[in-house]
Amino acid sequence: MDLLKIATAGSVDDGKSTLIGRLMYEAGALKQDQLQHIEQKSRKSGYDYLDFSLATDGLLAEREQGITIDVSHIYFSTPSRRFVIADSPGHVEYTRNMITGASTANLSLILVDARKGITAQTRRHFYISCLLGIKQVVLCINKMDLVDYSESRFNEIVTAFSEMADQLCPKKLNITSIPVSALHGENIATNSELMPWYKEPALLPLLESVKTETNIEQDTVFQVQYVLRPKTNELHDYRAYLGKVRSGVLRTGDPVVVYPEGQETRVKQLEQYGERVEEVQAGVNCSVMLEGEFGISRGQILAGTTNRLQGLQQIKATICWMDNAVLTPGKVCWLQYGTQMVKAKIQQLNALVDTSTFESAENPEQFALNDIGEVSIQLASRLFVQPYLESRANGAFILIDNMSNTTAGVGFIR
Amino acid sequence: MKNDLLNSLEDEAIYIMREVAGQFKNPVLLFSGGKDSITLVRLAQKAFAPGKIPFPLLHIDTGHNFPETIAFRDRLAKQLGADLIVRYVQDSIDQGKVVEETGAMASRNSLQTVTLLDAIEEFGFDACIGGARRDEEKARAKERVFSVRDAFGQWDEKRQRPELFDLLNGRIHPGENVRVFPISNWTELDVWKYIQREELEIPSIYFAHQREVFQLNGQLIPRSDFIDEVVQADIQTRWVRFRTVGDITCTAAVPSEANSLDSVIFEISQSKVSERGARLDDKRSEAAMEERKKAGYF
Ligand SMILES: Nc1nc2c(ncn2[C@@H]2O[C@H](COP(=O)(O)OP(=O)(O)O)[C@@H](O)[C@H]2O)c(=O)[nH]1
Repeated sequence: MDLLKIATAGSVDDGKSTLIGRLMYEAGALKQDQLQHIEQKSRKSGYDYLDFSLATDGLLAEREQGITIDVSHIYFSTPSRRFVIADSPGHVEYTRNMITGASTANLSLILVDARKGITAQTRRHFYISCLLGIKQVVLCINKMDLVDYSESRFNEIVTAFSEMADQLCPKKLNITSIPVSALHGENIATNSELMPWYKEPALLPLLESVKTETNIEQDTVFQVQYVLRPKTNELHDYRAYLGKVRSGVLRTGDPVVVYPEGQETRVKQLEQYGERVEEVQAGVNCSVMLEGEFGISRGQILAGTTNRLQGLQQIKATICWMDNAVLTPGKVCWLQYGTQMVKAKIQQLNALVDTSTFESAENPEQFALNDIGEVSIQLASRLFVQPYLESRANGAFILIDNMSNTTAGVGFIR
Repeated sequence: MKNDLLNSLEDEAIYIMREVAGQFKNPVLLFSGGKDSITLVRLAQKAFAPGKIPFPLLHIDTGHNFPETIAFRDRLAKQLGADLIVRYVQDSIDQGKVVEETGAMASRNSLQTVTLLDAIEEFGFDACIGGARRDEEKARAKERVFSVRDAFGQWDEKRQRPELFDLLNGRIHPGENVRVFPISNWTELDVWKYIQREELEIPSIYFAHQREVFQLNGQLIPRSDFIDEVVQADIQTRWVRFRTVGDITCTAAVPSEANSLDSVIFEISQSKVSERGARLDDKRSEAAMEERKKAGYF
């Protein structure tokens, strides 16, 4: 069993709650009492179908309460997968929440109403999905029952969506479009008899089978979290660097470069939780011992020798501003990149993006909460980063307000 | 091949443990002797192996304990060579800082907070690692892995920080502290499977045993000296086990014959059986009963 993290997005009333409830039902994740509740309530309301949006009632209801609502996590499993759905409310002002919820997602599930087609909100969601570099996109065209399960309507929307995708994200995405009726359960668990023209897998089987992306193929990067020096009698000279292999694979004997200094050495020994291992793959923690003596500390990077990392003191990034106080040029804050913390100055706001038209305005005066745009940042010391779209693991950072200590923004290296 | 899901949950939790050690000066692990905190201790142990856990364990003792768990707690701390700090709710009561609840089902559960805050202040802890899971909380939406508290231990949702990727922001002002939840994304079943995989010892009360219990509001409460005689009517001896261990006065037992990890896991996973399968009708497991209690909001 493995884990698939799904970020959902859809405008209010496109049927997101109904779809999630339906998926949980089809996956067998609804308990008998939940089901009874749904049956009773649906009957009481005089529906002649079951209203599965009630399944997520308690979880999603908080969205009504205003800006404090952010991300709901919904967990369910089938025998082959654990699903975590990060659901963020669909209003315009919730960009921050959507980015937060989707930051670790493997797949983005975008819902549209078959009658309405692509809306400004769909474009916003898709923009964010691309910004986050999510490669798997599932476009669910819902409420097909209200357009007579029409193949041509489905195709129309699919074409419009792929035109939009080409415009925004020339990089290869894996977009799958599915015509569904969340309400009537068509194309959810099994292929619908009402849409015989649709031959691809239904939604749940698709979600069960999509491949999740790993960072194993990329250059090896390891960042130090903690230096372990037990200093006991038996472990007197023991020194290991604890951390996570962020991308690639680290093996015993591998040559590595220590950043920022740039010295070369080799991996003497790798341990995982006290036991020796030969190799560690991206996403997994380990303890690294090096040949030779180095005074390495938290935040430093060990990386493979295939391609040298560039140390930058001046970066360009797309950021999403997440603080209530506006951002103006000249602001000094902390920048956290993995386990490294550096002082940063936002020198210039280069462009502000309208995520529904994909157009940008040059040199804006400020960024307000939920604004997305391009900035130039000056750093107090070098950062060994990669462009985010080349490496999701090594290209993102957060900005921390140096007075309030709150997380004020997130950035993606360009 | 080991269970991929457990591996990734473990990796995530250990990453968080190491962030705590890397970002804070004076962390502590809140240890109740229950299965979640036993899991936390294991994760901490693995995170810093072959070294010792680089922070102490703190138990807030209500005095209303299952004797089994206290013996267990002391043994585990000794095995690990860990510092175990115990602070007593009784002391807070004696110092007049809190007033004991009255009434038949008086519990010391809510009094614990005061004792905890005092301990945080006494030792200057800046991070407290706890075992809360999102699957037991109704308001999961707002749970953070690093949850900032002010000097009064208060949780202010406006101050909760967005958490993106694996970037954990632990910057705080003096006097503030952070509650850290490394197993936020685990379910109850994940915890049990982990305990089984790691062959962790757990207190015997988690397994079926015969115990004197009485019924109250549809729950089975263990007979104890801390509860008013009057309520403890109709004492019966039944086969039960506990799903959580805490203050004995507010920990309900569930009828069960599960006497091994396998059978406990079976019992819990049974409640996950789909309604589609319609296998759940009369033989509802206790886990499902627990779900029903929670189901208030569904
Ligand atoms: N006809 C039809 N109605 C649907 C479908 N899916 C959802 N709805 C209805 O659309 C409305 C909004 O659905 P809901 O799930 O609450 O939308 P949300 O705001 O996106 O979570 C409700 O009245 C649903 O019953 C569908 O596939 N077909």
